[in-house]
Amino acid sequence: MIAFWVLAPIMVAAALGMVMARKAVHSALLLAIIMVSLAVLYAVQDAPFLFVVQIIVYTGAILMLFLFVLMLVGVDASDSIVETIRGQRLAAVVLGVLFGATIALGITQTSVGVIAGLDEANAEGNVPGIAVLLFSKYVFAFEVTSALLITAALGAMVLAHQERLTPKMTQRRVAERRMQDYAESGKPLGPLPTPGVYARHNAVDTPALLPDGSTSTVSISRSLQARGNIRQALVGEVDDTLEQITEDTKTRSTTGNLAPDRSADQGGPQ
Amino acid sequence: MSATPFLTLSALLFTIGAVGVLVRRNAIVVFMCVELMLNATNLAFVTFARVHGNLDGQIAAFFVMVVAAAEVVVGLAIITSIFRTRRSASVDDASLLKY
Repeated sequence: MIAFWVLAPIMVAAALGMVMARKAVHSALLLAIIMVSLAVLYAVQDAPFLFVVQIIVYTGAILMLFLFVLMLVGVDASDSIVETIRGQRLAAVVLGVLFGATIALGITQTSVGVIAGLDEANAEGNVPGIAVLLFSKYVFAFEVTSALLITAALGAMVLAHQERLTPKMTQRRVAERRMQDYAESGKPLGPLPTPGVYARHNAVDTPALLPDGSTSTVSISRSLQARGNIRQALVGEVDDTLEQITEDTKTRSTTGNLAPDRSADQGGPQ
Repeated sequence: MSATPFLTLSALLFTIGAVGVLVRRNAIVVFMCVELMLNATNLAFVTFARVHGNLDGQIAAFFVMVVAAAEVVVGLAIITSIFRTRRSASVDDASLLKY
C-alpha cells in the first residue's frame, strides 16, 4: 500500500502535466512516468507478467513509437491556443470534473466485498496461470489477436508507404544533366571553385577572389549563403595583407632573426 | 490492501485522459490521452482480478495492451500520412468533410 500512496500523487500530477504540457515531447515523457508507475502498481497487485509486459510493450515499444513520430512530425509542432469552438475548453473541464466526481462517488459508495487475493490463482506461478487460461478459455480470442496484429502491421505499411514521384537520380543521369547544362547555358563542367583559395582566409565562409579582385559567389556553400554567414573579403583587405607581408619580410631581412611566422595566421595570398 | 484506492486512481486517470482528448488539438497528444485512458482501465482490470481471485482480469488487461499496440501503430501511420499531405498534426485542420 505504501507503493500506491507514493506513486498515486506522482501519477495524477504527471497525468495533469501531460494534458497541460505545451510541447508534445513533454507529454510523451510524462506519459512514460505514468506507464512505469502503473507497471509498479501491477507488480504490487500480484501481476508480475503484466508488470513486465507493461514495461516492454508500453514504455519500450509504444512510447518509443510516439517519440519517433514526434520527431518525424516535428518536435515544435505545438498546439494553437485559439479555440475553434467557443468555450470548448471550459465545457470539457466542467464535464470532466462532473464525470470524475460521478465515478469516484460510485466507487466509494459501493463495496467490492471480500478481496479474494491471487494467492490461490498464482499458486503455480503467475505466468503458467495466465498461459493455462490464455490457451484454453481464451484461445479463440488469442488467435484472432494474431490476425489483428498482422492487419495492423500491413495497414501501417500501406499508410506509411510513399510512391517515388521522380525517377531515381543515377550517376549517369547526373552526368547527362551536367552536359546538358553546359550545352545550354555554358555552366562550367568541372567542380565549383573552392572557397577562399585566393582570399584573405582559407576558411569555407570566405569567397574565393577572382583574378580581377572581385569575389566569386559560387565558391560558397548555398547553406552558408542562406544563413548570411559569408565573411567579406574585400579588395582593400587584400592590399592591406600584401602591405603587412612586405613589412614582415622587410623586418625579417633587416633584423636577420626568424620572427614568428605571422603570414600563417593571416593567410596571405598563396 | 483494499481495492477502492486503486479503482479511484483508475477513475481519476481515465477522467484526466478524457478531458485531454476533448481539450488538446495536437493529434499525437490526443493519442497519448487515449493511451492514458486505456491504461487506467487496465489498472481497474488488474485490481478486479485481485478482488475476484482469478486471472481473467489480467488476461483482459493483456488483450487491451495488444489492441492498444495495434491501434497505436495504425493511428500513428495515419497521423504521419496526414502530416505529409497537410503539413499539420492538428485535429482541427482535417475538416474537409465538414464543407
